[in-house]
Amino acid sequence: MITSPEQLAEYRAKCRSAQTLLRPRLLVGMATCGLASGAAKVFAALREEAALRGVDIDIVATGCKGACFLEPLIDAVIPGKARVTYAGVTVEDVPDLLDAVLAGAVYAKRALARETAECLLIEDCAEPYPADANLEGVPAYDAVPFFHGQLHLAMRNCGYLDPTSIDEYIARGGYAAAARALTTMTPEQIIEAIKTSGLRGRGGGGFPTGRKWESCRKAHGTPKYVVCNADEGDPGAYMDRSILESDPHSVLEGMIIGSFAVGANQGFIYVREEYPLAVERLRHAITQAEELGLLGTNIFDTGHDFTLRINRGAGAFVCGESTALMASLEGRVGEPRAKYIHTVESGLWGKPSCLNNVETWNNVPVVIQRGAEWFAGIGTEGSKGTKVFSLVGKVRHVGLVEVPMGMTLRAVIEGIGGGVPEGRQLKAIQTGGPSGGCIPAEYLDSPVDFESLSSLGSMMGSGGVIVMDDRTCMVDVARYFLAFLKDESCGKCVPCREGTGRMLDILTAICEGRGEPGDIEILRDLATVMSEASLCGLGTSAANPVLTTLQYFADEYQAHIADHTCPAKVCRALLRYSILTEACTGCAACAKVCPVNAISGERKSPHVIDETACIKCGQCYEICRFSAIEVA
Amino acid sequence: MSEQTATCMDTILDEVLGRYPARPSSLIAVLQDLQEALNFLPPVALNRVASALHVPRSQVYHVATFYKAFSLTPRGKHLVSICRGTACHVQGDEKVADMLHAELGIRDGETSADGEFTLQSVRCLGCCSLAPVIMIDREVFGNLTAAALRRALAQYRDDMTS
Ligand SMILES: Cc1cc2nc3c(=O)[nH]c(=O)nc-3n(C[C@H](O)[C@H](O)[C@H](O)COP(=O)(O)O)c2cc1C
Ligand code: SF4
Ligand code: FES
Repeated sequence: MITSPEQLAEYRAKCRSAQTLLRPRLLVGMATCGLASGAAKVFAALREEAALRGVDIDIVATGCKGACFLEPLIDAVIPGKARVTYAGVTVEDVPDLLDAVLAGAVYAKRALARETAECLLIEDCAEPYPADANLEGVPAYDAVPFFHGQLHLAMRNCGYLDPTSIDEYIARGGYAAAARALTTMTPEQIIEAIKTSGLRGRGGGGFPTGRKWESCRKAHGTPKYVVCNADEGDPGAYMDRSILESDPHSVLEGMIIGSFAVGANQGFIYVREEYPLAVERLRHAITQAEELGLLGTNIFDTGHDFTLRINRGAGAFVCGESTALMASLEGRVGEPRAKYIHTVESGLWGKPSCLNNVETWNNVPVVIQRGAEWFAGIGTEGSKGTKVFSLVGKVRHVGLVEVPMGMTLRAVIEGIGGGVPEGRQLKAIQTGGPSGGCIPAEYLDSPVDFESLSSLGSMMGSGGVIVMDDRTCMVDVARYFLAFLKDESCGKCVPCREGTGRMLDILTAICEGRGEPGDIEILRDLATVMSEASLCGLGTSAANPVLTTLQYFADEYQAHIADHTCPAKVCRALLRYSILTEACTGCAACAKVCPVNAISGERKSPHVIDETACIKCGQCYEICRFSAIEVA
Repeated sequence: MSEQTATCMDTILDEVLGRYPARPSSLIAVLQDLQEALNFLPPVALNRVASALHVPRSQVYHVATFYKAFSLTPRGKHLVSICRGTACHVQGDEKVADMLHAELGIRDGETSADGEFTLQSVRCLGCCSLAPVIMIDREVFGNLTAAALRRALAQYRDDMTS
């Protein structure tokens, strides 16, 4: 049991010396993304090889550093030497990698970067690593384009520790912020610090966290609740999953501090059901924190009690909305209610409830530990700190990227992301999930922060950044989002339920070449009604994907409606596939790949596509090595 | 329903209901565990849950039909979830749907004739860096090509023969 900051410091010292290694240690990135890239095989091979050789080495599973395009990633920590990250490690690399690590050397073939200092979340914590001639060829982290300019606060521990070990979390400075907040600060001082830091909610709305806490503290009624929104519904965003899988204790610590500040003794974490690993990690973390007395009764001997429960979502996007989430926690259907009275006053079971996003909670210990002013020194005037973005879609370096707010879209997409692949043209950037919008390439020099994105008609949302190239049809993207929203609308209020359906009908018609001249006006009318009359954020922002594409890509709508063509060649109904007789060598690759056998012809002579049978799946186009398939 | 499956169902119900306090807020968790144990939510189970948790039957059905995780009809042995998130859409989720249709002959919400696979669309599996992505039961398969998809399905088909 840890009951004082001194005991925590002692415990930390013990954990650190246990880890200030006597033997080398390999950390394999095994979050969901790593696992899907074959990390489990590499992990097993490493263990097997190490056992076979009977060598003294730790091989542990860690979380995700964000460089998903380089998975499987392995960090090697050798006593007295700098931490080195290896990328794209395969089972075949295992023997050589082990040889190198055991010899205290570098396995140059897969070496990606080296750490220059060990940084922990305690003061004066950056301990530089000793110089090492072996490392001369290995770039420092900041010299790797993907990491250049990144600042990992929320992801401070991701990929650095074993997420199933509370000792490792504590060794890296974990729970020190909770100890400080509970034993040296009053709830009001904590709230003041959060306000001064400028921390705003990372779940989409960007509401100032300190103000929310203050309202909840002042609200009448007991008991009070704190809730973590881990429903992560925005498609294309997965930072919350990564944080939960890679560093679950950081969220618990934030919630302990928050519960003390607002005066709650019970907390809930609402995790979407598609994240089984995150649930497992959280369960484990809660048990460990309870065992050490960091959760439970009389935490740090302050008289503060706090218990945490996990609830799994059941597959409804709208449950990310605050009132729907609370209804779902109560065991009811996730239908939002009108928010004349805010959830900070009347939330779960009608009691004051403070709901924050995963990344928001995870930032709280940073604010307490590094100081509100320090935190407020990062970012822009209105948007403080860093934000984790998931950089996905048509971009070279896909992954999670954490940067100070206010960095330009260009620096994120071209600098860190390496731009769009294969010499394609960047067309648009989608941010903010289904409530956000598509920003055209012209605005690449805009900064990424709450205000700038809103002024472009989009929003920050939970941080999904989906890069689209010239092969993306913006009308199809609008149709896609409306299909999503129609499907996810809870149906409680008419403007959203009927509006999303009507919009989808119209957009589908346009994509299928049945668009009519008045359609755009109807879309705009619907957008106005929905944004004014819907009950919750899903409905009020549902038209954003349509409005931004109309604003920036009007000519594409025109091409679909007036000329019945899809310039990006995406909308299937408007495409025709045919084979260019002169170019076709009769290799029959297309005939083999066609799922409906619509392609016929003699071997070594030109083939033909039966247009009536063709389902326009495009597989022939992709497989043909002679550019003989024409799409018109 | 035969007597034997009825008692088996009762045992599962007792076991699952025993995991949670008998109050309305346990409803979703109970239904989730039952869905996992039974692969669908039969009417007898829903009625038992209603009386055990003191929730009106109408509300139990409301919840069971509102959330996508629940199915009132039996699902196939393996659940294939195809990601329809934005990243996957941009990287060709339609093509994955076509490939799945070609392999299994089923579309969204359907179960293959042999009862092996049920196909469902989901919004973002949180592996957007690997788009396009599918999940079979709890295993994620990313950067899907036709060949990779065939391998993945075969793995699950083999599972049942072994
Ligand atoms: C339709 C809808 C879906 C939402 N989904 C999420 C979500 O998945 N995760 C999240 O943190 N916030 C989501 N939100 C925002 C929440 O309502 C709420 O503002 C947020 O969780 C508050 O936490 P924060 O202040 O830390 O951002 C959603 C809002 C709406 C209207
Ligand atoms: S706006 Fe849509 S999701 Fe929100 S309450 Fe109305 S119908 Fe439900
Ligand atoms: S969009 Fe498919 S996993 Fe996120």
